[in-house]
Amino acid sequence: MVDIVDRESAADEAAGAAPGRHGVPRLAVTAASLVVILVLWEILGRHINPIFGAPPSAIFAAFVDLVRNGKLAAALAQSLQPFVVGYGVAIAVGVPLGLIIGRFWVAEAALGILVTGGYAMPLVALVPLLILWFGLGFAVKAAVIFLMSIFPICINTWLGVKSVPKTLIDVGKSFVAPDAVILRRIVLPATLPYIMAGIRLAVGRAVVGMVIAEFFTQISGLGGIIINAANNFDTATMFVPIILLMVMAVGLNALIGRFERLVAPWQDEIAGRDRD
Amino acid sequence: MGEVNLVDVSKRFALRIEGELHTVRALDRLSFTVRDGEIVALIGPSGCGKTTALRIAMGLEAATSGAVTVDGVAVTGCGYDRGMVFQHAELLPWLTALQNVEFGLQMKGMRGTALHDTAMKYLTLVGLADSVKRRPYQLSGGMQQRVGIARALAIDPKVLLMDEPFGALDAQTRETLQAELLDIHARTQKTILFVTHDLDEAVLLADRVVVMQHGRLQEIVAVPLPRPRDDLAKIRGSAQFAQTRYHVWQALHAGAPTLH
Repeated sequence: MVDIVDRESAADEAAGAAPGRHGVPRLAVTAASLVVILVLWEILGRHINPIFGAPPSAIFAAFVDLVRNGKLAAALAQSLQPFVVGYGVAIAVGVPLGLIIGRFWVAEAALGILVTGGYAMPLVALVPLLILWFGLGFAVKAAVIFLMSIFPICINTWLGVKSVPKTLIDVGKSFVAPDAVILRRIVLPATLPYIMAGIRLAVGRAVVGMVIAEFFTQISGLGGIIINAANNFDTATMFVPIILLMVMAVGLNALIGRFERLVAPWQDEIAGRDRD
Repeated sequence: MGEVNLVDVSKRFALRIEGELHTVRALDRLSFTVRDGEIVALIGPSGCGKTTALRIAMGLEAATSGAVTVDGVAVTGCGYDRGMVFQHAELLPWLTALQNVEFGLQMKGMRGTALHDTAMKYLTLVGLADSVKRRPYQLSGGMQQRVGIARALAIDPKVLLMDEPFGALDAQTRETLQAELLDIHARTQKTILFVTHDLDEAVLLADRVVVMQHGRLQEIVAVPLPRPRDDLAKIRGSAQFAQTRYHVWQALHAGAPTLH
C-alpha cells in the first residue's frame, strides 16, 4: 500500500517558506518586488512637486504623525464598524441566496437576473438615493458596503453550485437523502472553494464601498482623511489611508485563505494547487 | 430475497441536433431478471444503454415506459433495498473513508455507536480497517472503490448495483478487486447487477451475461463456471471460460455493423 499521506506533510512544510520551482522562497520574491517598487517610487517621488506625488519616506512621516495625534486610530475605528457590519451581512445573506439560486430553477429564473444586474449596478450614482433612505450616518455606510460586496459573494456561490458534479448529487439521491440534506451536506461543502473565492473578491469591493460611502455621505473615517488631505493638497497624508487600506485588504485576503484551508483542507489535495 | 425484474423498460429522450429535434431511444423494451443471490453482468458497446438501464433500476432516472421491480415491489425512486456503486467511487471528498460509509447509514436513520460499528464492520470487510481516517484523495483508486463498495453494502441492500465499478482502475488492481467482490458475494450472498464493457470481467464474475445492442437485449449468455470461483487465474485458462467468452464476444459482434 502506497502511503500517500507523505504528500500532505510535504505540502505543510511548503506552507511556511514555500520554496518555488528554483529553490527561491516565495516570500523573498514578493519582498524583492515590493522593495524595487518602493525604491523606484522614492527616487521619482523626490524629484517632483509634493502636490503631484509623495515619496514613501514622506508618506511614512505622515503616517507617524497620524498615529501620534490619534487621528488614524479614530478614523480606523470609525471605518471598520460599518465595514464589519456591511461585509458580514453580505456574507450571511449572499451565501444562502447563492445556494438557493443555484439549486432551484425557480429561484434562478426569478432572482438570477437581479443578481447579475445588481453586480453591474453603478452604486455611486445611487448614493444620493441611499442617503434619503438611510440618512448620513452609520446605516448608509453599512448599506453601501453591503451592496458592493453581496453580489460577488452571491454570484460565486451560485456558479459554485452549478459546478457541483452531478454524480455527487446522485450519491445523495441514491441514499434517499432529502433535498435539504443534499444542499447542506453535499452542495455546500462542494461549493466552499467558490464561496471563499467570492468572499475574497468581495473584500476589495467592500473597501471601495467603504471609501465611497465616506466620501459621499457624512465625511468620516479613513475616507475622510483622504478627502480632507486631498483638499489641502497634502498628498503624503492622503496616501496613508490608501496604503493602509490596501495592506489591510491583503491581510484580510490571507486570513480568509488560512480560514479556507481550515474549513476545506481537502481542497488542496484535489486541486494540487500552490499554497499562497 | 433480492430479485430484480426489468419488464419492457424503454427510455426515450429528445435531442436537438443542428436545430432538428430527434428522438433517441436509449432503451427499447428491455426485459431480464436477476435472480436472488445471482451475479448478472450487463455488457455492450458504449452508448448501448447499459448504464441507463442500471440508473433506472436504481431509481436515479425514470423509464419512459415499462417497469422495474425488486422482489415484486415497483421501483419509483431510490431506496435502501438497492445500493449503488459508482464508476469513480464518487466518495465525498471532504469526508474520511469512515464518514463516507457513515453517510449512507445516517441517511438510513442510524445513530450512535451502531453507526460507527456498522461502518467499521463493512470497511473491515473490504480490507480498509487501517485507513478509515483518510480522505478520498489520500487513498488510491482501488482503495476509493473499496470504500464505495463498503458504503453501498453497509445499508444492507437486497441488491448491489454497480456501474463499471472497476473500469477506471489499472489491470492489477482490477483483478484484485474482482477477486474481492467474488469473496464478498460468497460471504453476503447479495444479488449483484453490474455494468461493464470488459468481456473477461463479465464472464469471470457473472452467473449470466446480458448482452445489449442499441438499447435492446441481444442475448443472455449463461456462464457455466462453478462457484466458488477461488482461483481466477485457473478459471481464465479453462476451456469453459474461453468458450463462454467467445460466445459473449459473438453476441457482442452480432448486432454491430460489419465493415467492408
